[in-house]
Amino acid sequence: MRQFRFSPAFSQALSFTLGDGLILLGVVALLYAGARLAFSSPAVISGPEISLSPLALPWYALLSVGRMTVAYFLSLMFSLFYGYAAARNRTARTVLMPLLDVLQSVPILSFLPVVLLSLTAILPDAFAAELAAIVLIFTSQAWNMTFSFYQSLSTIPKELHEASAIYGFSSWLRFRTLELPFAAIGLLWNSVMSWSGGWFFLMAAEIFHTGKRDFRLPGLGSYLQTAANRGNLPAVVMGVVTLVVVIVLLDQMVWRPLMAWADKFKLEMVEGEEPPTSWFFDLLSGSWIVAQFGMHVWRPFSEALDRRFQGRPGEKITSPEEGIGDVPPSRLLKSFIGGVAVISLYGGYRAVEMLLTLSLSAWEQLGIGLLATSGRVAASLVIALLWTVPLGVLIGTNRRLANILQPIVQVVAAIPATALFPVLLLALLQTSGGLNIAAIGLMLMGTQWYILFNVIAGAAAIPQDLRSTTDLLRLSALDRWKTLILPALFPHIVTGAITASGGAWNASIIAEHVEFSGQTHATVGIGALIARATSEGNYPLLLAATLILVFTVVLFNRVFWRRLYLLAEERYRME
Amino acid sequence: MNTAASVRTDNLLQIENVVKSYLRDTKQFVAVRDVSLNLKPGEFVCLLGPSGCGKSTLLRIITGLNTATSGSVLYRGRPLNGVNPYATIVFQTFALYPWLTVQENVEIALKARGVPAAQRTERALKLIDTVGLDGFESAYPRELSGGMRQKVGFARAMAVEPELLCLDEPFSALDILSAEALRGELMELWLNKTIPTQAILMVTHNIEEAVLMADRIVVMGKNPGHIVTEIAVNLRHPRSRKDMAFQSLADKVYAAVAGETRTEMETLGTAPGQPGTTQPLPDALLNAIAGLLEKLAAESGRADLYRMGGELALELDDLLPIVEAGALLGFLSVQTGDLLLTPLGQAYAEASILARKAMLAGRVLRLPVIAWMYETLLRDDNKRVAWSYFHDALQADFGDLTEKQMDIAINWARHAELFAYDDGTGELYVEG
Repeated sequence: MRQFRFSPAFSQALSFTLGDGLILLGVVALLYAGARLAFSSPAVISGPEISLSPLALPWYALLSVGRMTVAYFLSLMFSLFYGYAAARNRTARTVLMPLLDVLQSVPILSFLPVVLLSLTAILPDAFAAELAAIVLIFTSQAWNMTFSFYQSLSTIPKELHEASAIYGFSSWLRFRTLELPFAAIGLLWNSVMSWSGGWFFLMAAEIFHTGKRDFRLPGLGSYLQTAANRGNLPAVVMGVVTLVVVIVLLDQMVWRPLMAWADKFKLEMVEGEEPPTSWFFDLLSGSWIVAQFGMHVWRPFSEALDRRFQGRPGEKITSPEEGIGDVPPSRLLKSFIGGVAVISLYGGYRAVEMLLTLSLSAWEQLGIGLLATSGRVAASLVIALLWTVPLGVLIGTNRRLANILQPIVQVVAAIPATALFPVLLLALLQTSGGLNIAAIGLMLMGTQWYILFNVIAGAAAIPQDLRSTTDLLRLSALDRWKTLILPALFPHIVTGAITASGGAWNASIIAEHVEFSGQTHATVGIGALIARATSEGNYPLLLAATLILVFTVVLFNRVFWRRLYLLAEERYRME
Repeated sequence: MNTAASVRTDNLLQIENVVKSYLRDTKQFVAVRDVSLNLKPGEFVCLLGPSGCGKSTLLRIITGLNTATSGSVLYRGRPLNGVNPYATIVFQTFALYPWLTVQENVEIALKARGVPAAQRTERALKLIDTVGLDGFESAYPRELSGGMRQKVGFARAMAVEPELLCLDEPFSALDILSAEALRGELMELWLNKTIPTQAILMVTHNIEEAVLMADRIVVMGKNPGHIVTEIAVNLRHPRSRKDMAFQSLADKVYAAVAGETRTEMETLGTAPGQPGTTQPLPDALLNAIAGLLEKLAAESGRADLYRMGGELALELDDLLPIVEAGALLGFLSVQTGDLLLTPLGQAYAEASILARKAMLAGRVLRLPVIAWMYETLLRDDNKRVAWSYFHDALQADFGDLTEKQMDIAINWARHAELFAYDDGTGELYVEG
């Protein structure tokens, strides 16, 4: 079975550049604007009635999937346009890369309160909440797909470009015949990844409520939360089962058939060892109806489309040398960027103004909260490593075990942790130190899979001859781990840990301050501060906490994780 | 010395004083300089030369994929504006779309020209039949062998009935038997005028292939790319490798190609940072040089270059760097297509491993690049200098090739026990 490989698309820059500074400034300005708007958001927002009847479940499932689909198509369109623009245009590229870089590091859930508050200030409540959810999912999905598309475009083999040029392909024909198919597999894998990330954020958005403002949305997430809140165990079970069924259905009927079909777009000229298979795909490709549809509906449609966009044959085709990447920046673009920079500067100035109204003790609280949350993130990473590395090595090196355990692991990993969080709360809040442990638990549940899958991939990739040599030398278990396994796994562990830490920071926002069964539980942490500030209407505090969180994560990524990753790439590559 | 008035309209292609240069970090890198070439209808011309001589760049300028920095490129008397619509290219790595079937790959070229669907199918099927791939229309490229993929490449190129058929090392990625078969089939189509193509321009580094197929061979040299000479091939078809006339012509071509290396030997070049050109080191292993010298010694110190290439089964691209390196180190010389072992080379060939190391140090230090690196190391207190220091300094002279040049220099210096490289600290150092 295929594994997920999350290789973060980093630029090689280790230090902060001017571009990063501008973008962070833009982020600050945006957050400030949101905080300002928040002042006018309604004080009381009543949420929807969530019915716990099993008959409501299909409807809730449909709503959740619907939100995901809308956000996904928006992300797809965005990545096609932005990726294409960046590949063709040098200025777009110098803006795109740092933008994606920084935005990938920003913990997305930290934006949720500000976005919700500002949108409810200007739009009707229910609509604002839906929009906020879709924006949130879009923000979590768009970046890696854009990166993937852009990377695909820039790595098309030169000779394929030259063939397209010499045979006089118009831009449309080239896009349809060369660029899109070439990028298809990458886009597909990233779509699958984006969907599983998106579920995490959707569930969080569906259950978000603080104080008198209930931003919840009818869907699977809120169903599970309501059920857990009321202690209705049968409903909880039914909710979880529905969630699992929905995810498995999507996997079997959408993603696997697509991956089986997309196998024909791979560039390698040899048959892969295990091409992806899908029973549903085989079913469809053998079906008469689908064949008829293909012949009588799809083919004429695509021919007509081609003719429409083709352009006249014989018009001047730009040579590959000129066509790729170097359209000089127009003045309009330059002045647009200039305008954005000026607005950001102003926004930054006003933000600082607002921040200065906070008392010293508030800043003290922020500092302590930051330390506490960092501690939890670190703890969750350590715990995750402790169990995923041995298990991952076991699964990666033992074929038989892999065949049994992998399907189970993949299904369990696909369940969004945020949906199960209320269930976790139900179980743990009674114990002492309850919310603290539950918070770490949520962080673990959401992120340990990244590490596990990367470790499995890394262990499976250890070359057989190195393993045989280790056996022949009769190294002790300790030596074997020290000399072969841990160094070989190092790049993969780092890759998984980077994504995991990002997920853990995200989780802190909803895990550190919860309202459950009519009671409010909170623990010390920056996520708690954000949630409390939202419910109390303390917008300067909200702005400060969000900014501190964003900056900390970005800084840590750059200074610590990036360095570790580059070290792993250079020293520990298996080559 | 053609003037504008003497643009001959019976020339299909006429290029004059074409220069192609790139700007890399403020340093001009010249790919080809002052190239002038004519092509008439009915001709089969080969561009022949070692790798790096700019023949592929020239092909791309001729077809309009790249533009010349200066000089004129005229097709049928008119300057090219963008891609040349009368020319197609068959690529070395086939450049087939992996997700299209054989038929779709051929048809897409026609589709781009606006040919309607029914006609496309008819023409594509006919061509697939002509190249002998009947029955494989619905196969994907990954199901085909290399030779068959190139056949699809040919079918696609000929589908649009080009006037000028350009081939960019079309047979180098194939195994010897497929290449032989495909050459024969192409010549058959060309000589019997089965295809409406008026001229063929082929880029290759294989001398025998050029003599086998071309009416005229244009020999190119490098540093920077330029035309050395043009050799007419008047042999009758079908041509045979065993033929005396064939062999003497191949010898003549070899001499023309390798003859270049002699003039470069005379100038070792200057040290980096000094005025004058810094000559790059040839990409050859010292073991290979030693092997060549031993073989020469076994043949009493003199051997024909063409024959040597055949015996060692080395392509021009692999043999020439070894010959260049041997000449640079003073172990052999090249005269009129023959390799001659120098007395120094004779001594080296007969010496033991330790004695060779001693000899090598002296010879290697004559090369300005390595001498400069060694002196820089000696001047440092710890006799250690960062790799990046040398890389940055050499960047101005070698551009993209700097890293490769560093690798070669370090490799030779290590063999000669002059200096070595510490991967852990990223420094070059002289051993205690």
